[in-house]
This record gives sequence, structure tokens and C-alpha cells, in this order.
Amino acid sequence: MADNKFAAYICSGCGLGDKLDVGSLEKIAQKEGKMTVVKNHPFLCSASGVQMIKDDIANEGVTHLCIAACSRRAKTEAFNFPTAAVSRTNLREGVLWVVAEGSDHDEVRQEMAEDYVRMGCAEVKKMKLPEGNPNRDQAQNKRILVVGGGMSGMTAALAAAEAGYEAVLVEKTGALGGFAANLWKRVPFSSPYAEPQATGVEEMVAKVTGNTRIKLHLNTTVAETGGAPGRFTVKLARESGAVSDETVGAIVQASGFTPYDMAKLPELGGGQANVVDQAGLEALAKTANGGAIKRADGKIVTSVVFVQCAGQRDDTGTHLSYCSGHCCATSIKQAMYFKDANPDVDTVVMYTDLRVPGMGEDFYRSAQQKGVIFTKGKASKVTGGDSCKVEFSDLILDEQTSVDADLVVLATGQVANAGVNLDAWTEVNTAAEGGNEEAKVKRSGMKTISVLNLNYRQGPDMPQFKHGFADSHFICFPYETRRTGIYAAGPTRRPMDMLQATEDATGAAMKAIQAVENAAQGRAAHPRAWDLSFPSARLEGCTQCKRCTVECPFGAIDEDEKRFPVFNEQRCRRCGTCMGACPVRVISFENYSCDTVGSQIKAVNVPDEDEEKPRILILACENDAYPALDMAGVQRLSYSAYVRAIPVRCLGSVNTIWITDALNGGYDGVMMMGCKKGDDYQCHFVKGSEMAHYRMSKIGDTLKQMGIEPERVVTEEVAITDNARVAKLINDYAAQINDLGPSPMKGFG
Amino acid sequence: MSDLNTQAVARYKNNFLREVEERVEEGDMVKMCMQCGVCAGSCPLGPHWQHSPQKIFMMIRAGKREEVLTSDSMWMCTSCYNCIVRCPRQLPITHIMHGLANYAHRLGIAPKGQPTREFAKTFWNNLIKKGRVNELTLTLAHYFANGIGPGIQIALNMQKIGLGMVLAGRLNPMEIFGGHSVKDLNGFHAVLAKAKEIEDRKKGFSA
Repeated sequence: MADNKFAAYICSGCGLGDKLDVGSLEKIAQKEGKMTVVKNHPFLCSASGVQMIKDDIANEGVTHLCIAACSRRAKTEAFNFPTAAVSRTNLREGVLWVVAEGSDHDEVRQEMAEDYVRMGCAEVKKMKLPEGNPNRDQAQNKRILVVGGGMSGMTAALAAAEAGYEAVLVEKTGALGGFAANLWKRVPFSSPYAEPQATGVEEMVAKVTGNTRIKLHLNTTVAETGGAPGRFTVKLARESGAVSDETVGAIVQASGFTPYDMAKLPELGGGQANVVDQAGLEALAKTANGGAIKRADGKIVTSVVFVQCAGQRDDTGTHLSYCSGHCCATSIKQAMYFKDANPDVDTVVMYTDLRVPGMGEDFYRSAQQKGVIFTKGKASKVTGGDSCKVEFSDLILDEQTSVDADLVVLATGQVANAGVNLDAWTEVNTAAEGGNEEAKVKRSGMKTISVLNLNYRQGPDMPQFKHGFADSHFICFPYETRRTGIYAAGPTRRPMDMLQATEDATGAAMKAIQAVENAAQGRAAHPRAWDLSFPSARLEGCTQCKRCTVECPFGAIDEDEKRFPVFNEQRCRRCGTCMGACPVRVISFENYSCDTVGSQIKAVNVPDEDEEKPRILILACENDAYPALDMAGVQRLSYSAYVRAIPVRCLGSVNTIWITDALNGGYDGVMMMGCKKGDDYQCHFVKGSEMAHYRMSKIGDTLKQMGIEPERVVTEEVAITDNARVAKLINDYAAQINDLGPSPMKGFG
Repeated sequence: MSDLNTQAVARYKNNFLREVEERVEEGDMVKMCMQCGVCAGSCPLGPHWQHSPQKIFMMIRAGKREEVLTSDSMWMCTSCYNCIVRCPRQLPITHIMHGLANYAHRLGIAPKGQPTREFAKTFWNNLIKKGRVNELTLTLAHYFANGIGPGIQIALNMQKIGLGMVLAGRLNPMEIFGGHSVKDLNGFHAVLAKAKEIEDRKKGFSA
């Protein structure tokens, strides 16, 4: 600490110097902020301004900088000083542009700027320069493990190998190819998208087996996975019982899908003679080998009906509620099997909405040219047997009718092979840990379907998002999962066809490469890319409450045998949800901790009650809410000058101590702004915003004990586009605080 | 039921779609319909049809031969071409409608007394007699299609317009006596006979 030297640089450009008394800001930085060096510059982000700072770092030994200029989101390239700890004081977007114009507001504007300078100085005094994962030496492994040897898995392994990375490919059966190997042909993937094409599985298998960078394990499953990105240790179990260990840097899970079991569809003839699912038809087509397709009883099929959406898009809650995306094109392809062998075969595709993504429309047209009949209808009953009957309601002609056929094909959907459902797991595991013998048996049973067998505290597989798929957020983070360094590819992530699966697998391999490269440098990959900070815990203060291990959205924290948290640095995404959860505040990042924020809260000058100047603390998520605040400034939407905004990494990192500190210190209200939570969440850290809302719902009693009205603390969902709304939210809340009157805690702080 | 119709039923058995593809003008495009319903929504006479083009196409695929061919729907088409312009699959819907009407008429099972069909017959018979339309006899034949009484009533109503046309030289009263013909009437009839022969061969009516 002796070598630390603190400096504040105040910019007077962008009109800051005209509206603010920069001289007095300098004095505050010096006297109250205790900055050794304080300088101002008329254009701080210019070459000369930046050089001034660089010179001070090089010549004066400055280690900690408080830059009082624009938002931390602006001029990031100019103000990039990798060897110094930097805090940014937002005088431009946060003060100048949002406080109403006019000399009436000069006083409050100056007070706001002075407080922000105090906060910036206080923050940087508590900061340390992040140096990355100190154990990065042990996270240097750059091999990629691919689980699943189907189309997705082989693509991922080849993509990694072609990019120069070693791949380990694990396949539980005795042969590569997966589901695709059982297909007669595939939906076309190249122009003119008119005819079924060869699957290309054999060529791909040859490429994989011939690639020296790919190590292949057939008849093998993953018995245990532990570690973190850059240092995963994986136990592989061969069918023969032999066990081998592999060390890898990242994992691609391409465990594929299982067709929805048609035995669950007795009303559609599931289980009856001459009613097959799409996989069953592929088998018949393979046997026919291009000739006339025969049924199981050997009869040549002269008429066939394809029933789309069988057990899919079901709103009764009995079957799959979603559309699997590939089945329309697959049925078109299969109808062509018949038409290509004999154009006189009657082929009817019965659909409610024909969905052919990609270039499928051309394929659909091609099938119509070949004479495949498309009937818009909903099948209500299928009777199998020597002559099958499909009863359906014709949705165009609005009538109940039926059609006879030799064979009926049910287009059932894709069910992800995503392993154990962690919600169910947690319940069983908790009971088992409590000594319940029945639960212990159930737990071992559950583990048999696990794909990765993670030894993580939160369970053996990746958390599932919707409908049992191992997705994280389809819109915002399509390639991410909720286990850092482990990427899902293909239909285990969301329903998809083969073309999408191969693209998906390539993307997953690229993400895996990012993960290992970042791990080797000890920094975060996503979404705080290249962040060198990581959490550390002062374990002597830890009460083993397990909140951090349970609440971490990414399962980054395990427990040792004494139930102390074990941080697996590279699994961490640096959101700080653990820091927000910790009741004894022992978890911190070098440059983001209970102290860095807490000292800012305390640095604010809270006026006395009779001055009638309330103070409102805003804790704003830096991903969405803080940019929205900045944008409000850019658009010159003014909001109350009584607010003091502090960006937080995620609302999940908000520790309740900050709220109580602020209220004890005489603040009149606290506003928290985070991302949308719930099923269609937008939180960058999945559960952070939800956790914050949950925690805040619990502090009402504490507030009442303090004699504070609960409505002084509010939590809002703010999207990045909410710039206009956020200004209104603040002003409405300020008016509400005004009505409530000064905080009863004022003057006691 | 006409012989032609009985033959067609025997020839195509239950495959009405194939019958349409082979025998109806542009009938081979029916299979390309994707049931979006834009034609039905675009038709200015939509509310007055029994079946929209979308439904007609679906009925053809469903093998509803009788219902389609005896329908009066395609006779309601005014050839505005809205549907053709809008069809995302570029089906020549107007042409198919006329093709279906023509085919039903040919088989003798089109709706009896349907005004469009009756007028078309009158027009055609008038036209082939002399190789050109005789406005006077066509008009009169149309007026008196429903009997003498209504014919006189319409003629009286149209008296002024008729007289105006005569005075302006647009209508020659002498045409009532057969009228004049095209220069080579025999040649014209030969063209028609040849065209019918070709069409019969193409659509499989002959032999």
C-alpha cells in the first residue's frame, strides 16, 4: 500500500468547465478525496490529456486514477491504462446533460458534481488493480472435449481440430454418426434445394478418424467431470469397464436428441401396425435402398399419410408444447422417397402450418411439383392395421373427414438429451444429503442419465432453460450455457435440423476456443470479456451459510469438506451475485467490492433535513440500466439532481448492507435498476436480477424495524432502450420521496 | 349425365387432381397452391362465391369432383386478375377458374341456367355463325333469353340507347336479316374445327 499514489484528473471539456466550478471540484478531490495529484485539463481525452496521465503514471508513480469526465462507457479507448486502477466519475452524462438548464439549477448541479467527485475518489481508494487468475498456470490446457459423436459432435471436433486445437471426441455407442447415420438421405443443404441429398456421414466419419488432432473414444461415456475452463479433468468410462482420464480446457456437449416416444400417442396410432415415426420410416427407406418402400409386413406401400405436429405444439400440457422445426422438411423429404421410387404412390402431408425454415420453401415447391399432396388438416384419430385410417378435420373446407393409407408416418418432435433436470435434482439431492435413504437411491438413478456427470455443487449437468433444452438465452446469448466453458451444440440446445446443428456445432467449437484462450490468460470470456478481476473470499469470516454456492447462477462455487466455498475462478463470470448474497460480506473483487460501493455511498454529502434537498441512491445495472441513464443524458432528458447513481455489475451483486448503509446515512430513498427477470429474462447473468428482487422483497421487515417506510426502497426493471422511461421513473420516484418527506434517519448517520 | 362425363369418371377413377392437370387449362398448377388464402381475400366477388379459389384447389386435391364441377363459383369470376397479381406461388388462378368452367361445361355438368354460362353460350353461338359478333341479334337473344314478356320489357327500357346507337351509326338495323360475315367463313369454320381437334387430342377427349 505504501507505493500507492492516487491522482484525480478533472476534464473541463464538453462544456463541463462552463457550467461547473472546476476549481472547487479540484479542491474537493484534494481535501476530501485525499488525492495526491489533482489536475484539470480542457480536453482530457485528447492526445495531450491522455499523455499527461500517462506521464504521471510513468514519472510520478501514479497507481490509482480517478477520471472525472464522461461516463465510464465513453472514451474507453482513450482512458485505457492497464497498469493503473481506474475509477470513472460521470460528470458529463451523469450531471451536465441531465440537470435542467438555467442558473436556477447551478447550485444543485454543482453539488451533484462535487458528490460524484467525492464518490470517484472514495471508490478508487478502495480499488486494487486486478491481475487475473493467480492460478492461471494450472489453467493452460487448450484441448476441447466433445461429448457425442453425431453430426454436431463430429462437426465441433473437426472445427476445433482445423483451428489447430486438439479435440477429444467421446461417443457412447460403437460408431460415429449418431442419428444422422440412420437416415436414408437428408434434407437438401445446397442449391437448388430440390432433392434429398446424401447425408455425408461416412465422409465425415472418415475425416474425423483420419484427423491426428482428434482423439476418439468409442463405447465411452463421461463418468465424472470436474475442474474449470483451462483445467477440466474428465473421467471416461469405457463399456468394458476400463477408466481413463483426460484433461481438457473446454467442453462441447453435443448429446443430441431422442424422438418423442410415439407410444405416448395412442390416439394417433402410436404402437399400432403400420404406423411409424419419422425415424421408423428412415429405417424402411434404408431397407428399400432406393426401390419401392415396403411396410414391416412386406407389402409395398401405395399410399402414405404424414401426420405433422404429432405430439407437438400441444397446448393441453400432455405432449411437447413446442415446434421442433425440422419435421415439416423431414416429412417432405420422406414423401419424396416414395415419389422418387414411384410417382403413383399417393403421398399426403397433413399439416396445420407448414414451417420450412432456411431454403425449405424451395424444397416444399419441389415436392408439390412431384405431386405430393399437402392437406391443411388436424388429425384427430389414426387407426393402424392392414389399411390405416386417418380421421381429421379439414381446416380449409371446414369438415370432418378421413383418408385411408397403407402407412401412416407420425412427425414426432425432438426431446433434448440434456441429462439431469437440476431443479428436480436439487430437491432429491437436498433430501439425500439430509440422510433420506430413499432419496439417495433416487439420486443414483437420476445420475444414470447424466451426460457430463459434473461434480459441481449445483448438480451433474447444465441447467435447462425452456422445455428441457440446455439453452441459456436464445436471443441474447445463443451460444452460451449456464456452465462457463461448457457449450451445448445441436438439438440438445434447442430443436433444430442437421444444417442448423452443424452451424451450431461450429459456433460452439469457436466459443470453446475463446474459453480456453481466455482461461490461459486468467481472464473472463463472457459476458465481461477480458475482465481480469475475480472473486476472493476472506474465509476466516465465512459462516458456511452456503448462500454463495447455491445462488451462483453458473455453478462456479463448490464447497470443501468443511463447507467453505471453493472458488473455481475460470468458471466465474464476475457478476458478483455471490458478493451480493454474502451476509457477512467476505467476498470481493479487487476492483469491485462491498467497500468500493459502500465507500461511495458514504462519500456523498447528505444535507440536513431543513435544507430540503433529499438524496436518492440509484444502484443501476451497468449492462442495461446505466446505459439507459447515459442515453437519457445524451438525449438531454433531465431528471432530478438529487439522485446519485452508482453502476453495479449486476443487480445480483447488490449487498443489502449498501441499502442499510445508505438509509442509515440519511438518504431519503434507494432505487435499484436491473434487467428484466423471469422466463424471458434479459439479465446478463441469468438470475442476478431475480435474486435482487427476491432479496429486496425480504428486507421490508428490517426497514420497519429501522422505522423506515418500505416504499423508500424500490426495485425497477429497466431495459437498455428505456432512456425516456428511466428519466420519468426517477422523477416520479423523486416526487414520491418528496411527498413522504425527509427520512427519519436524517442526522443520525 | 353426359357420355363425356361418364367416360371421364371411368378414365380417371378417383384421381380428380390428375384429371384437372390433364384436361383443365393450366390445371397442372393446382398442386402448387400453398393454401395461403390470398386469392380468397383478394377476390372482389369473394362474398358471392360458394367456394373461393383456395377452397376449389383444396377440393380438387381432396378429390371432390362432383362438388367442384357443378359449383357455380368459377362462373362468378370477372377476370379482374387481382388473384393472379397477388398469388405468392404465381398460380394463374383466373385462367384456372375459366378452365374449370369450360371443362364443366364441356362435360355437360355445369350448373343449368347459370347466367354467365347462358350468356357465354349465346355469345359463342352468335360468334361462330358469321365469324363476327352481330350486336343486334346478340342483344336481342340476350334480352329474350327469359321469354317474350321480360324481353319486351328490357327492350323498351333500352329503347333510347338503341335509337341513339342507330342514329350514331353504331348499330345497323339491317343486321337483323343475318348480318354480314367474315371474308372467308368456310376458312374460319375450318380453323375452329382444327382447334377443337387439337384440343380433344391434347386433353384426351378423342378416342
